[in-house]
Amino acid sequence: MTEAIRADALVKTFGRTRALDGLDLVVQTGEVHGFLGPNGAGKSTTIRVLLGLLRADTGTARLLGGDPWTDAATLHRRLAYVPGDVTLWPNLTGGEVIDLLGRLRGGLNAARRAELLERFDLDPRKKARTYSKGNRQKVALVAALASDVELLILDEPTSGLDPLMEEVFRQVVREEQQRAGRTVLLSSHILSEVESLCDRVTIIREGRAVETGTLAGMRHLTRTSIQVDLAGPVNGLEALPGVHDLQTHNGTVRFNVDNAALDAVLRQLTTVGVKSLTSQPPTLEELFLRHYDRAQGNGQAVTEASR
Amino acid sequence: MTSLTGTRALTRLALRLDRVRLTVWVLGLAVMPMGTAANYQKLYPTEADLQAVKGVLTNPSLVALSGPLFDVSIGGLTAWKIGITEFILIGLMSLLTVVRHTRTEEETGRLELLRATVIGRHAPLTAALLTAALADVAIAVLIALGLMATGLPVAGSIAFGVATGLVGLLFAAIAAAAAQLTQSARAANSIAGAILGGTYLLRAAGDTGPTWLSWLSPTGWALHLRAYGDERWWVVLLFVGFAAVFTAAGYALADRRDVGAGLIAERPGPAAGAPSLRSPLALAWRLHRGLLIGWTVGLALSGAVLGGAANSINNLESPNQQLTDVLTRMGGKAGLTDAFLAAIFGIVGMVAAAYTVQATLRLRQEESSGRVEPILATRVGRLQWAASHLAFALFGTALLLAVAGLAGGVVYGAEVHDVGGQAGRVFGAAMVQLPAAWVLAGFGMALIGLLPRLSTLTWAALILSVLLVELGALFGLNQYVLDIVPFAHVPKLPGAAFSVTPLLWLTAVAVALGAAGLFGLRRRDMPVA
Repeated sequence: MTEAIRADALVKTFGRTRALDGLDLVVQTGEVHGFLGPNGAGKSTTIRVLLGLLRADTGTARLLGGDPWTDAATLHRRLAYVPGDVTLWPNLTGGEVIDLLGRLRGGLNAARRAELLERFDLDPRKKARTYSKGNRQKVALVAALASDVELLILDEPTSGLDPLMEEVFRQVVREEQQRAGRTVLLSSHILSEVESLCDRVTIIREGRAVETGTLAGMRHLTRTSIQVDLAGPVNGLEALPGVHDLQTHNGTVRFNVDNAALDAVLRQLTTVGVKSLTSQPPTLEELFLRHYDRAQGNGQAVTEASR
Repeated sequence: MTSLTGTRALTRLALRLDRVRLTVWVLGLAVMPMGTAANYQKLYPTEADLQAVKGVLTNPSLVALSGPLFDVSIGGLTAWKIGITEFILIGLMSLLTVVRHTRTEEETGRLELLRATVIGRHAPLTAALLTAALADVAIAVLIALGLMATGLPVAGSIAFGVATGLVGLLFAAIAAAAAQLTQSARAANSIAGAILGGTYLLRAAGDTGPTWLSWLSPTGWALHLRAYGDERWWVVLLFVGFAAVFTAAGYALADRRDVGAGLIAERPGPAAGAPSLRSPLALAWRLHRGLLIGWTVGLALSGAVLGGAANSINNLESPNQQLTDVLTRMGGKAGLTDAFLAAIFGIVGMVAAAYTVQATLRLRQEESSGRVEPILATRVGRLQWAASHLAFALFGTALLLAVAGLAGGVVYGAEVHDVGGQAGRVFGAAMVQLPAAWVLAGFGMALIGLLPRLSTLTWAALILSVLLVELGALFGLNQYVLDIVPFAHVPKLPGAAFSVTPLLWLTAVAVALGAAGLFGLRRRDMPVA
């Protein structure tokens, strides 16, 4: 498998702000890659470097086998981009903007355009100044998705879309996934969207990738919540390595356990006798919060611990 | 809660947002008349000196440019020399201020945020008018005090300050009405700005031809208030009356529309892009065409009016023997009209340069609004994108000068029964301005490429050019300073000898500046907020 995007140790500063601080990112060809991070983490800056709009201070970036800064115009024939904050020309209609952007990119699939307009329920005859935020977003999405390109770069593409349209977006991206060789970089902070669409995820914080891999792989590194009714009093559970946040209430025991320690803990429980047990795998939210909740405090320690 | 609740807070917000901009405007406009008066005092220390130059100053071509001289005194000369410049600039300041705090806020959606707080329905418009009015009153008071301080008569000083302030107030009111009509701030500025330009033309035509035309023009009223020359105080009533009418119209129109809407409803447009809409240039045409068409019509009209005025100079009575002598030395009446045409097309050149600057800075607007991002994410390169807009700045200006020159030449030629001969001469007088206007495009491009956050300084460069041309010699500025103005190097056609050298130099400077800007644009980050 080849790499559609590779960024190594990107640094980008704006005055005193260090927007990217040694960012690494690898997107494999053919995958849908989630790019997660809270507001201001550096997602849009990374994307602009990849598009050759910004020039990184240090570090290297490769996009579709080329240099995004020097080969910008050539590379851009092969990709489509939806910016995070879509602003349009107020006196052009949505249909005109879609056609213009498609043609500037090198062509547009007319049948696909019509289908997407229908599915996104967008009236292309309205002037852009009359569109709401969600409708402007749809214009940019239709223009990008109706192009025949190898790489889609979507920067928070569903902000402003209603839940119905968000579902349409997910379906469309899943269809893209079926088509061989299409790569999608999806920046988002909507976790359910990333969870349902992405093969692999990179989480960034303060301009640095703090976690990258498949969702399953990341879950493996984290904790499962367990709630268990036991036949008798539990002994020595606290002392076991990998058990956290233990609470006992009327014979019901709750705790979180590192997945690596799960086996030993379950053996300990069965010696007491298990009446009922529910276990919950970590949600992406929890993964995410682990990185961001403690960001102000000992962020470094958390990062190290989760590796 | 009344419809005016929150006006005070909004006014303070506007003053806070404009603290630098308005301070520069107010001080600049307040200082110029005082400086002019002081320099005249140095130049003509005695009554005899004044009488000696009287003839030159009542030259009819100057009457068309600056209006009639009502009194041969330091005060009269000051009001005449600086009057039109002050009136046009204060009108511009007032209309830009009102539109900025009404329609611009609305267009960007910031007004929606404010209107959801405890803000009365009429508060935003009232606050915008108050902000402009505060600046206008400050200018009027400072002008009057400054002129009195230089030792000029009290009544005339007050009259000149009041006339200037009133032009400002009237154009604030006109802008208040214009801001209700359109959805875009740009269009509102264009409407009010076109009215301002039209008043100058009416006055120029009226002061050389039928006087009643001057009385249709607020800049004409301000002149004919006759500061220092037996003041006609009743003219104040004209201003107050019309300002009240336009203000009332502004409020009435505001009451009849929704937030964000204009009075003209938006109609659906084409569902698909026309086949021609496939290049950056095609997009640029869509973005520039309204502006370019408006300017073309405006400059064609201006050329025609001024061409007509050129002939009526011939028919003006020579006021005295001295002037006749001067005229003879200038080459007779033909020399006089040629001098007038050269002066008038010098002004047309600077006016057309306002379009040049507007069109060049469109690049920056596309960038800071974020609209450039999706374009540059296609196969369009930065240079191609910049070239698409610069084409309109450069060739659009050429078109404007061409129509102004042709319209002026044909009208003037028809009046002197020599269309074939005059059309070409006047056309030439217009077209020689082009390289000078291009220097401003080059300067704007250099700022956009190298110092994007400072690119609005291109406007400052244009205003500075106008002031240096108008007042530089009077203020006794060093020739090196005057030479930085591109328009100072343009051959004074049609009378003077044509020389291609300065035009080539100007073009070379424009190209060098533009190339530096494009070089910077290729290397820098985009977009810079």
